Amino acid sequence: MATLLQVKNLTKSFGSVIANNNISFEVNAGEIVALLGENGAGKSTLVKSVFGLLRPDQGEIYIDGKQMAPGDTAAVIASGVGMVHQHFQLVPVMSVTENIILGDEPKDGIFISIKKAEKKVRALSEKFGLAVDPTANIEDLPVGMQQRVEILKALSKDVRLLIFDEPTAVLTPQETDELILVIKNLAQLGVGVIVITHKLREVMALADRVVVLRDGKVVGTTTPKQSDEAGLAQMMVGRNVVLEVSKGAANPGQPVLSVKGLEVFDDRKLLAVKGVDLQVRSGEILGIAGVEGNGQRELVEAICGMRVRAKGEVLVGGMGTKDMHPHAVHEAGLSHIPEDREKHGLVSSYSIADNLILNRFDQQPFARGWFRNMSAIKKNADLLVKKFDIRTTSPAALASALSGGNKQKVVIARELSQDLQVLVAAQPTRGVDVGSIEFIHKQLIAARDGGAGVLLVSAELDEIISLSDRIAVMSGGIIVATIDNKNADRDYLGRLMAGLSA
Amino acid sequence: MVGVVTKMTKSVMRSKKTIYLYLVILAIAIAYTINSVSTVAVAASSITFGLPLAMAAMVGIMCERTGVVNIGIEGTLLTSSFFGFFVAALSQNLIWGLIAAIASGAATGLLLALLTVSWKMDQIIAGTIVNILATGLTSFFYKQGYSLPAIFPRWSIPGLAEIPFLGRVLFQSGPITYFGLIFILVLYFAIYHTPWGLRTRAIGEHPSSADTSGISVLRIKYTNVVIAGAFGGLTGAYLTLELVGSFDRGFSAGKGFTALAIMIFGRWNPIGALLAAVFFGFAQALANQLMIDGLVNIPGPFINMLPYVLTIVVLAFSAGKVRGPAAAGQPYEREKA
Repeated sequence: MATLLQVKNLTKSFGSVIANNNISFEVNAGEIVALLGENGAGKSTLVKSVFGLLRPDQGEIYIDGKQMAPGDTAAVIASGVGMVHQHFQLVPVMSVTENIILGDEPKDGIFISIKKAEKKVRALSEKFGLAVDPTANIEDLPVGMQQRVEILKALSKDVRLLIFDEPTAVLTPQETDELILVIKNLAQLGVGVIVITHKLREVMALADRVVVLRDGKVVGTTTPKQSDEAGLAQMMVGRNVVLEVSKGAANPGQPVLSVKGLEVFDDRKLLAVKGVDLQVRSGEILGIAGVEGNGQRELVEAICGMRVRAKGEVLVGGMGTKDMHPHAVHEAGLSHIPEDREKHGLVSSYSIADNLILNRFDQQPFARGWFRNMSAIKKNADLLVKKFDIRTTSPAALASALSGGNKQKVVIARELSQDLQVLVAAQPTRGVDVGSIEFIHKQLIAARDGGAGVLLVSAELDEIISLSDRIAVMSGGIIVATIDNKNADRDYLGRLMAGLSA
Repeated sequence: MVGVVTKMTKSVMRSKKTIYLYLVILAIAIAYTINSVSTVAVAASSITFGLPLAMAAMVGIMCERTGVVNIGIEGTLLTSSFFGFFVAALSQNLIWGLIAAIASGAATGLLLALLTVSWKMDQIIAGTIVNILATGLTSFFYKQGYSLPAIFPRWSIPGLAEIPFLGRVLFQSGPITYFGLIFILVLYFAIYHTPWGLRTRAIGEHPSSADTSGISVLRIKYTNVVIAGAFGGLTGAYLTLELVGSFDRGFSAGKGFTALAIMIFGRWNPIGALLAAVFFGFAQALANQLMIDGLVNIPGPFINMLPYVLTIVVLAFSAGKVRGPAAAGQPYEREKA
């Protein structure tokens, strides 16, 4: 096999932080290499250096044996490297075709030939079996389809090495399975593939070779055949990780959260939640499984008071919460781990200490009259940072300086550090590394065992199955079935999620 | 499905636009039949008053389409009309004045690019710097008692100038008018139909998508902001060397700010902005003509207020409804880590 990419002794630091420390690896034609590592291990930095988006401090990058000048993206693209970015590099108001041809536009005289361009897009989409509508606008497409455009954009430039940066972070399980097939297909066509991920199941399903990074260094190279999920997790985290969640039997009591006949509109003013009834009892976890975009987000937002309810009612601890403001719903006893922690969970420009009291800043002991009680805030922060294992240099550091997993720990620490009746956790482990996932799962179970009713919404079916006591499946804006976890079965749930009557 | 809906909306829009066009033509025809002299005068002044606003709006469009908010257009106009006037007056040569105006306009563009693109300064503050610098320099060096040898003459285009109505309105104008109008049309096609335009729009909307496609964001931003500055310089030259023939302190009189309103009203589209500017020009020309004809008696200051009042009205109605380039106002920085 021909060596496509060779990275030799690459080092890159940001200030005093060494993101990549003397890294060497290579990729052959037709090979799928997974770069595995926790958040902050230096995976993204590494591929950005390869792609010329960052300038490494030291080290050499060879493509087809030819050394690349550092930081020259155009040259890297010209030598046949494409990248599918984690945050899609697509212009939302432009069409699929315009996005794909950007930077390499087919011309008719001095003008762009949209006809030629659309023909090119159609040909590409046929060649790789990725169906898209060339005239559709990006902003009208679902996330999975946008990623398809992003892949086609990368493939449009005669690509021989394709880099995927966390490609499944935003995908549903079905879309993930599809993507795995697409990547395998590409490798069969001779394309070398680098996949960055921290999801072990995908690595096992996908990779020919796994390069594991930890703290900016390569800690090992292996293959899925030689290793298993537990072994990979251990390499990645540097210690033993319990992947299975161990929990005792639930001890459900009175209903603490009741939703009756709830109807909610989405941002486009379409009915997204079409009459949902559910009950969460104290001391149990009710999981809501479903393909994303079936009304879960709107359901959660309506329950927490962040979205207007068109019809129906939500009772927290038996108390109606009609027209209540999110803060009032919180006072009524409901804590919320929001789906989008950057937008709704944290203020990135505030310190960790301030983020830890965001919902209680005006209450004793954090406020005394009109003034903030700095010593109480600091004491609280020191305590929670320790208890929830938030990895930071200081509680006074800005939240924006934390990794994804640690940001999530801040949100969870804040929401769980008080008496709570109901906890609504939406996608609590999204974009979080394995070590933190384990910790977060333990905290959710601890909240349950402490007598709270937990409503867990997650796109990860495995997470739902391993944590929930009861599972409600949501599809098309309604709860299609609620089953006891003893009867849970991936296939059966998958069919319900897809909207098929089981 | 989405495609069909878009096509249907587009055809409805097109027919709506056609209806508006017919209505305008009809109104002009009726007015022309009733009073041909006044109608021609109003139409010609609409272009005269509207053109500098349209040209200045192009400066804003070129910059914002590449993600640079330019509130320094006023400063560009002031600087370039100052240099245009004094270089022409001192050398007694309009061409030198024209060159000086364009060069000084480009220099203000270069300053803005340096501040916002390279140094990533807040774009509103950078634009304010350009404006304050322009006001300071032109007031400080201003001297009375200079005059131009002439202004740019009108060129009648043979044949076209004889067309009734249109000939007088469009084809008996000065050279900068012709060039300005042609430039606006060219800019329209360039923005929507050339690789440069696609890249420019991509940078204005989502710069990292251009960067990751191997396009130099920095180079395009610089080029566009400097060219826009040069065109702003030409606008200044139009004001002093083709339209008025003199210069005074605070000569640009807020045209650079009105141009921003016109840019928004025209939805960042050159043709849209041209039409919006002609509409602004029309409002002023109409008020002037009504007064000259003695049909109404509005005190002069109220007529002079018109562009500013219209600006407020337009912005009040379009604010929040129109969507400009998403990345305008944000300096582009590659994401770290």
